[in-house]
Amino acid sequence: MNTEIEEKIDSQKYLEMDLLRFTTAGSVDDGKSTLIGRLLYDSKAIFEDQMDAIEEVSNRKGKGYVDLSLLTDGLRAEREQGITIDVAYRYFATPKRKFIISDTPGHIQYTRNMVTGASTANLAIILVDARKGVIEQTCRHSFIASLLQIKHVIVCINKMDLVNFKQEVFEKIQQDYKDFASKLSIPDIRFIPISALMGDNVVDRSENMAWYEGSTLLHTLENVNISSDQNFVDARFPVQYVIRPQSDEFHDFRGYAGRVEGGVFKPGDEVVALPSGFSSKIKTIETIDGQLAEAYPPMSVTITLETEIDISRGDMLVKANNQPQNSQDVELMICWLNEKQLVPNGKYVIRHTTKEARCIIKDVRYKMNINTLHRVEDDTTIGLNDIGRILIRTTSPLFYDSYNKNRFTGSVILIDEFTNETVGAGMII
Amino acid sequence: MQSYNLTHLKQLEAEAIFIMREVAAQFEKPVLLFSGGKDSIVMVRLAQKAFAPAKFPFPLMHIDTGHNFVEAIEFRDDMVAKLGANLIVRYVQDSIDKGRAQDEKGPNPSRNGLQTITLLDAIEEFKFDAAFGGGRRDEEKARAKERFFSHRDEFGQWDPKNQRPELWNLFNGRKNPGEHFRVFPLSNWTEMDVWQYIASEKLDIPNLYFTHKREIVVRDGALLAKSDFITLLNDEKYEERIVRFRTVGDMTCTGAVESTADNLDDIIQEVASARQTERGTRADDKRSEAAMEDRKKQGYF
Ligand SMILES: Nc1nc2c(ncn2[C@@H]2O[C@H](COP(=O)(O)OP(=O)(O)O)[C@@H](O)[C@H]2O)c(=O)[nH]1
Ligand SMILES: [Mg+2]
Repeated sequence: MNTEIEEKIDSQKYLEMDLLRFTTAGSVDDGKSTLIGRLLYDSKAIFEDQMDAIEEVSNRKGKGYVDLSLLTDGLRAEREQGITIDVAYRYFATPKRKFIISDTPGHIQYTRNMVTGASTANLAIILVDARKGVIEQTCRHSFIASLLQIKHVIVCINKMDLVNFKQEVFEKIQQDYKDFASKLSIPDIRFIPISALMGDNVVDRSENMAWYEGSTLLHTLENVNISSDQNFVDARFPVQYVIRPQSDEFHDFRGYAGRVEGGVFKPGDEVVALPSGFSSKIKTIETIDGQLAEAYPPMSVTITLETEIDISRGDMLVKANNQPQNSQDVELMICWLNEKQLVPNGKYVIRHTTKEARCIIKDVRYKMNINTLHRVEDDTTIGLNDIGRILIRTTSPLFYDSYNKNRFTGSVILIDEFTNETVGAGMII
Repeated sequence: MQSYNLTHLKQLEAEAIFIMREVAAQFEKPVLLFSGGKDSIVMVRLAQKAFAPAKFPFPLMHIDTGHNFVEAIEFRDDMVAKLGANLIVRYVQDSIDKGRAQDEKGPNPSRNGLQTITLLDAIEEFKFDAAFGGGRRDEEKARAKERFFSHRDEFGQWDPKNQRPELWNLFNGRKNPGEHFRVFPLSNWTEMDVWQYIASEKLDIPNLYFTHKREIVVRDGALLAKSDFITLLNDEKYEERIVRFRTVGDMTCTGAVESTADNLDDIIQEVASARQTERGTRADDKRSEAAMEDRKKQGYF
């Protein structure tokens, strides 16, 4: 219980907190729900009525303990089957940071959910059962984290209580993981030995593992530096909506509304509008609270230009000396999200930034075996949860960066023209 | 390299504005569901920000159960007048009169479920293809599974097991004729975020949220306000208490909390130390473990 925790909140500090989005991965029973439950409970994000409700259900189902997974498993079918089917989002805050957790199910048949959760995450926690060590699932989850360009991974070696808190066990797993992860591109990997059940190294330092000198999990989450993860170099402003007030007061106002997806924009900057190629200068950066001296990701602003040029939704403002790639032929890593397989030569609707177009699948280069990380070239059927590399041709040119350079100008979704479902998640190479 | 940091509330604001603009661009006829409660007040503020200096390009709509707090309706009309916005009101009572809906039986018949019928009828009447709601994922476990863009079939139903994945900033609002979307720009906000935002933006809210004297009856642990819509049971009686409301909804199922908070900072301190979720005071969610999921499947907000 944590009733002694300081209850008062300092609003000024609250407003200054930053935001960390993280996703959790691990195979069934590695302790994900227990860990999330503990983080939520210790940060007081679980309320009494929620606790009462899950206690009541746990008792009714004859469980000997309070099943914290009932908190995250929000759908009837999930509770009935005792598994997590869909991504659930959870929130908690400490005086330092606000956190958004996307809790995704671990099974292979839910790769699409992990990809979804990972697409907006700054950090991934990958759970490993200390008794089992690095297993196929660990590799798969890490590969997805790497593919989705999550810059920070915390490998939590859980259930240390079941291996007598032995340092050798931790170090062996750490080494195994490092050997495997050298094939991936994750710049920041940390290892923490924990017991989610007993709380060791989650919020408080473990007395059972005095040999561990690193930070606790919560301390790491609170302090990991994510401010430089966003691209502040390559200025990108996809136009979302054109604002024309048509009132007397703002008769000539013409503003381009959108979200800055890269770089920094300032009044006076020379900009080029794509695809037209016309250039102009930024006159003002407008918000209802006044004009801004600069705009950077992920701000939603309205830009006005010195000269009137024809710009509409789907166009992009960039700087003349730093332009994105521009092509109709685009190579992608694709994760397939739908039961209906990808159709070679099939046509799909494609969404990229604020632009919508159509595309045709020109080629499937290979499929990934996501457990071994081998390329499979003789079987190129891409079905639900498969990841592969494809070439597409779009009906009109896309202005894009590689996903490695910019997550938001480097990602696309494919939509089935008939069912309107989102069927593919693509990362531009 | 210089680093740029946006605080969490600014990030949530930017996200919500992005969503609103996306809806304005992707849909023909959006509407913002407005109840006069704190979440919808925040929504209106965000809509103003998203389209300034123009007016936001959609009307407001209130589904009126007839079981309202007078203060909430007064506040609503006052706010709409100040905004110069277009407000549509559709009444559950009309749906009942037309035989399309029927009141529940019992000592506090809730019209909460009935709103769905009136809402779906209104969506069809005006051919709205997207309806903004102020729902947040932290409110309730079925809501935790909601998408920003939540697809509804031609019957207005939510199919939680078959939702479209949402990745990055890419929102898929494509649909067939007759279908529509519910859109939740505040998905990632918590109750605390909403209060902090109201405080930092200095937004007006109905005085129901602040402490006042009120006659209430205690029923199943909930403090229900005295009204014409509640029938006292045998041993029940009204008593005066010092209370305020954490949510403002249908009078028959919105419980008060005992509180002396008379300003936003006190409310914020109360929220910080609260041991009950805000919906813990709502009788409609207590009906069963999946009450919200079931109502949402039918087309509830
Ligand atoms: N001994 C021990 N058991 C744990 C620990 N963490 C989780 N467990 C248990 O492992 C089982 C599965 O945990 P759960 O959180 O449901 O795993 P999930 O499937 O990854 O969500 C439960 O019985 C937990 O009590 C730990 O650190 N030590
Ligand atoms: Mg679980």
